[in-house]
Formats: sequence, structure tokens, C-alpha cells
Amino acid sequence: MGLMEKFFGLSWGIHPEDHKRPAADAATRTMPVPERLYVSLSQHLGAPARPAVLVGQKVRKGDKLADPQGAVSAAIHAPTSGTVAAIGEIPAPHPSGLPVLAITLDSDGKDEWTELEGCTDPFALEPAEISRRVAAAGVVGLGGATFPSALKLSLSQKSKVSTLIMNGGECEPYLSCDDRLMRDAAADIVDGIRLMLHATGATEALVGIEDNKPEAIAAMTEAARPYAEVSVRPVPARYPMGSEKQLILVLTGKEIPADGRPGDVGVVVHNVGTARAVHEAIRHGRPLVSRLVTVNGACVAQPGNIFVPVGTLVEEVLAFAGGLQGAPARLIMGGPMMGMSLPHARVPVVKGTSGILALDAAQVAERAQEPCIRCASCVRACPIGLLPLEMARHIQASDLKGAVGVGLKDCIACGCCAYVCPSQIPLVQYFAHAKGEMAAQDRAKLRAEATKKMAQARSDRLEREAREKAEMAARRKAERAAAAAATAATAPTPSSTAVAEGAQA
Amino acid sequence: MEIVTSPHVLKPVSITRVMGQVCLALLPGIAVYSWLIGPALLLQLGIASLTALAAEALLLKLRGKPVSPFLMDGSALVTAWLIALTFPPLSPWWLTATGVLFAIVIAKQLYGGLGQNPFNPAMVAFAACIVAFPALMSQWPAQGLSLSFGQQLEVVFGLAPRIDALTAATPLDAMKTALKMDGVHASVQELLANQTLYGTFAGRGWEWVTSAYLLGGLFLLWRRVITWHVPVAFVLGLLLISGLCWSLDPARYADPLFHLFSGGAMLGAFFIATDPVSGCTTPRGKLIFGFGAGALAYLIRVFGAFPDGIAFAVLIMNLCAPLIDLFCQPAVFGKKKEAP
Repeated sequence: MGLMEKFFGLSWGIHPEDHKRPAADAATRTMPVPERLYVSLSQHLGAPARPAVLVGQKVRKGDKLADPQGAVSAAIHAPTSGTVAAIGEIPAPHPSGLPVLAITLDSDGKDEWTELEGCTDPFALEPAEISRRVAAAGVVGLGGATFPSALKLSLSQKSKVSTLIMNGGECEPYLSCDDRLMRDAAADIVDGIRLMLHATGATEALVGIEDNKPEAIAAMTEAARPYAEVSVRPVPARYPMGSEKQLILVLTGKEIPADGRPGDVGVVVHNVGTARAVHEAIRHGRPLVSRLVTVNGACVAQPGNIFVPVGTLVEEVLAFAGGLQGAPARLIMGGPMMGMSLPHARVPVVKGTSGILALDAAQVAERAQEPCIRCASCVRACPIGLLPLEMARHIQASDLKGAVGVGLKDCIACGCCAYVCPSQIPLVQYFAHAKGEMAAQDRAKLRAEATKKMAQARSDRLEREAREKAEMAARRKAERAAAAAATAATAPTPSSTAVAEGAQA
Repeated sequence: MEIVTSPHVLKPVSITRVMGQVCLALLPGIAVYSWLIGPALLLQLGIASLTALAAEALLLKLRGKPVSPFLMDGSALVTAWLIALTFPPLSPWWLTATGVLFAIVIAKQLYGGLGQNPFNPAMVAFAACIVAFPALMSQWPAQGLSLSFGQQLEVVFGLAPRIDALTAATPLDAMKTALKMDGVHASVQELLANQTLYGTFAGRGWEWVTSAYLLGGLFLLWRRVITWHVPVAFVLGLLLISGLCWSLDPARYADPLFHLFSGGAMLGAFFIATDPVSGCTTPRGKLIFGFGAGALAYLIRVFGAFPDGIAFAVLIMNLCAPLIDLFCQPAVFGKKKEAP
């Protein structure tokens, strides 16, 4: 941290109204299992899982529904007991609303667990065994990125990280599921942290919690008191504190290289919710089949945090939270800064669903777009040190190279720039468009290169064949000439001899 | 339901709000100035505002742009007010109107409207008028001159003859002329001792106007409409160069305080050089921009042909702004150690 930051506070990011209370203070509720669950096969980063059940098959809660497929993937388990009704396409929890493959499960109303294999002394297990069990429980990063946790644990062990950073920042406004979890289940989280320390080989765990959550800080500090290796560190409430790069910088003073990973500075970051899922998986053998979801926004009758089985439709969650008051101006899955706007409420909750927000027009505060006045508010807000206004200018002129030159590839899409823009320029949309365009260009380039290679190979082959043909012809001609020379004495002309020879042959 | 990109919440800010706060911040300066000069200043503000809004509306219509949202953003009003505050208050009405038309039509709308102008429109107008009408642009009300509102009205609307006695140079101009006069070897100290013209620590009366501008500027800083970079660097640039000259020969060069609180220094530092559209956007770029404008303003003031140098200093720095920004890009996260 620079000298200026010591005196004037952090210079990056923004400080939006957090709107976390009163939802954060409401007691946690558990939602009853709905009649039908839609369990998406793509609810983690990486390849979709492969179904391991058949239609009509009876399953119990926690039975495996789908196997991981490929290096980066995660298993998926039955969120309740019942019958597999269908394996097919449903609308995805994504702005596009495009279909996604899912397993539809009809509940039998018993919500009966399968046999679970817990562990009373997990610290006696090999670190690799912890990772294996975490993988078997289908645990993914619950902060929103949904990276398979077991993979992260085993990678950290290989790259010999020394510090485990627990992300309890929860810097997105309106969300409080991590806050609530830390207040209600601090002991479980601390146990999960210790298991993760064991699995990664890291020697210390720093739990970063924004200072706008004093109750969570108190609960976690109390739960971590017996363990010297786990220390709770309050951090200033500032968006995007929950971003890996920012949290690592604030807690350790280390800056991840622009094209590097946390492992490069000996650090690995996990979400506090993930720690609880690890605790559940190792101690009780319970796979990840439900999660705490913040339901918030002016249009929600009873905002708060609700344990929701994975696969529950958003509309059912909203109905459990007392239903909607008036038509929401925007329905969001995730936080308001980086979450996705949903086309409708008939999409299922997935492992990465941290929040469901139904905001009214006043909360969205949409205004007409105005021209850029180069006020540089976005430059001040950018936590990465980019020039959003210059990037947008290049993208508007279709100059993607220019945009990359001023940092497009380093953009983390946190939305700080668009938040502060007095002209309401949809900067994140520009950047998302440009990143998509660049990916398309890269693919087209690869395809063009492959085509070029194949065309080159073809022309090389044709050329080679022609050359071989010519060589063959030349050899024959030479052979014939030699033969002709040998018989020159007896024949009047070489050509007639050759013809005669050919005919003889 | 409508599908939109994140973020889904926005800071309650708008261009209208930004421009409104700039106008609000100008009010203390306007109050002190009109108390010093008389209601003529308010008249000029009115002429400038009406001309600006009419010209903006007409040009927006001609360019096929929506008129009311752009008219409501308040940027034309800020330009108009800056022109009214930098032109001599007893200028004929048409001079103010010409300046505003030049700023809005040529310097702003013909370049593509709000956000597209490479030069500060108000300063373009000032530069154009001081070159085209040098005599009128140097006629400031003489000290102790008290005219009734009716008399001021007559002067502004050309109903009364513009007698030279009515108008004089600013303290800054007077100082420069006195120092340049051949044969007269009055030193700065002797000149400054003349309390009727030079007041307590800068130009009589002017020191209070500029102090009020400073107050407004601090309000803008507090409201985070501007950052500290440009004003601080501007003041530093002016202080450093004027301090250097003054320490070399205090008899020939006025002290830094005089320069800081006379002419358009404070208006320039907080309201003109901070214009976002024509200025730098990077933090380091803003420092260079402000420092350059402050230093150039002094050099033009003292060694140049014009009584005050703010306008030309800012225009020259506008010219350099894109290049400065190019070399002052902030360090990207994780790339700091890459620099050789």
C-alpha cells in the first residue's frame, strides 16, 4: 500500500449504499423442498457434468446424479429423495434464457438422506484424501465463480501456497448470505478452514471480513480463538473488496502479476461459504445440495436469507419469501454489481446463486445515456488502474487492438466504472461486447490458420505427387534411353526400339 | 422482462447535477464581484445565459439532435457564466453575445457538441475576442467608479458614449504597464504601496473576488466534482515560477501572493483548467496539465503581450492534453514492476 493510501484511505473502487440490512438481520429460514427440482448439469466452471442416472430411477437425497466430465468439472447430487422425471433441456439461469441440460427430479416428500460416510478424525487423513472427498461431494466455490474446490485444493498443494485467504468480504450491495452464515455457523466455517489448511499445506489462514459486518467479525473471531493459525482480519468496506486481487493486496500487501494467479504469490483464496461446504462434506459426508441465498430488493415482501435446495425455481423462492410486491423493474441472480439480469423467474437456483434480487424502478435508477464528458470518474474508480473511457472510445471505433492497448484484457468487469458514470454509459456492456468479439476473432483466426495449413498441405501433396510423377517419367525415360542406347546397334531409331520394347513388355 | 448488462444499480449522479454544482460554486464569486462592480455583472450573466441557451438550442436542432435533454445538461450555462465572468463587466452587450456565440457555435457544437470539443469553449471565446477587439477587452471599470444601474445599462447597451475615463486597466495590467514604462523606475513595492489600486494583498477588491472563487473551488473539491490534482498543480506552477522571478528581482517582479489573487488565477485553477472535456483524464496527466497551465499563465502575464494569460495558457495545455495522457497512463494492477 502506498503512502497516500495510508493517509487518504483506499483510492480504488467505490462505496455504494450497501442495502444489506434489514435482510441481513432477519433470521435464516429453510425452504421446504418443492415438488419438482430442475438440477442443471452446468452449475460450475468448466465442462457440464454427465448424467449418471436414468429416467424413472429412484434416488435418495445425496445420491449422485451426474459425474464430472473433464479436468475442470464437478459432480452433482440429488437435492432431495424422489424419482428422476426427465433428463432434458430447461431455460438456463442466464440472461440469454437459452436451454441448458438438466435433470428433473420429482420429490417424494420424504427428503430422506442416503447413507453418508462422515469422518471423526479428518486430520489423520492424507491431504489428497481431503481433496478427493471434497470432489466427491461436488463442492464448488460458493462466492459466485463456482470453480471446482477440490481442484483448487490440490493445485494449491502442488504450488506450495503458504497463506489461505478466506473471502468473507461480500462487497456486493444487497447480499448478506456470507454474513449470515458467519454469524450462524462460525464454528463450522472455522472447522472447514482448518480442513482446507490441512488439504493445501498452507500454514496460516486470514479471514477477510468487511467492517460493515461487526456481528460476523465478532462471531468468527470467537470461533477462531482456539486456533492460532486462523486469524480474522476486518477490512474496509469498499467494492470490489471481494475481488481476489484486491483482497490479497489489502491482507498481504502482495500484488498478483497481471497475467498470473494467486498461487504465484503463495496465496489461495476460498469463500467462507465454501469452507462450510467442505466441513459438511468431510465431517458428515454430506454433498453440496443446498445453499444459503439472499432474497432482497424492494419488491420482495419478506427479504432475508433462505436455505434453498439446488434446482428450486426462482419463482418458488420468491413465493416462499412472501411473494412479490408490485412488478420488479429488474430481476437479478447474484449481486447488483456483477449479477445477471434474468428474463423471467422460471429458472432454477444453482450452486453459485448467492442472491435473488427483485429491484424496483427507484433502486435501479435508470437514466438516459448522455455523451462522455471525460470527467475521469471511471479512471478514479477502476480498481485495476485502467482507463475505461479510453477503452470505450476505442471499442466504439471498432479498434479492439487499441482497447487492448489500454487494458481491456485486464478488466475484471466489476462495474465500478459504469456505476460512477454521470452519463450512464453502459461501459461493462462495451467491454463484454469487445471481449466476445475478440474471442470470436481468435477462433476465426485459428480456423483460418487451420484452413491455411490444410490448403498448404494439399498443395504440398499435389506438388509432391506431380514431382514424383515427373521424376518417375524422367526415370523411365532415362531407362528407356539407356536401353535404347544398348540396342542402338541393332535398331534403326531409338524411338522405334522403345516402342518395340514397350510392346514386348 | 428487459435484459441488461450489470451493474444494476447506479450512483445518483448526472451531468446536470455536475454542472449545477459548478454553477452553485460560482455564486460566492459572483456575489462579491457584483458587490464590487454593480449590477452590470448580473446583466452580463443574463445576456450570456440567454445567448448560450438560444445558440445551443438552434445548433442542436440544426444538427438533428434532441434539444431539451442536451439543453438541460447545463453545460452551455457554465460556458456562458465563465465568459460573463472573464469579460470586462462593462463590455457592450454585443461583445458578450459574440463571445458566447463563438464558444457555443464554433468551439463546441461544430466540433460535435458536449464532450467532443478539444478546447475550452469559454477560453476560445476569450482568446478570439481579445485578438479581435483588444481595446474593448482591456477596458475595466476604474477604481472608485460608481455608476448607477441606469448608467451601467446605458454603457452596456451603447446608449451612452464609452468615455475612456469610465474604464481602466485591471491592477494586473496596470502593474505590467507601469513596470514597462520607459523612464519611470517605479519598483513593485512602491506600486503596491498604492492602496487605492492594489488593496491589501492583491488588486483592490479583486483579492476578495478571487478569494470567493477559491471558496467555490473548495466546495467543488468537497463535493468531489473536481479532484485536487489540477488546482493544486496550477497553484504550484504559478507559485513556483512567480516565486523564482520574485526572489531574483523583487523590484521588477510582483510577489507570488499578488499573482495568485489577481486576475483570473483562482477562476482558472478551480473552474477553467478543471474542465474535464478539454483536460487530462489520468491523475499524473492532470498534475502536468495544471502545472503547465499555471506556469504558462504567469509567463504570458508577465512576459507576453496580454494583460492576463489564463486563457492562452489553458488553450495551449488543451492542445497538449491528449499527448500528456498518452504518457501518463496509470499503472495497471500487477504490472507495476514491469517498468524498466
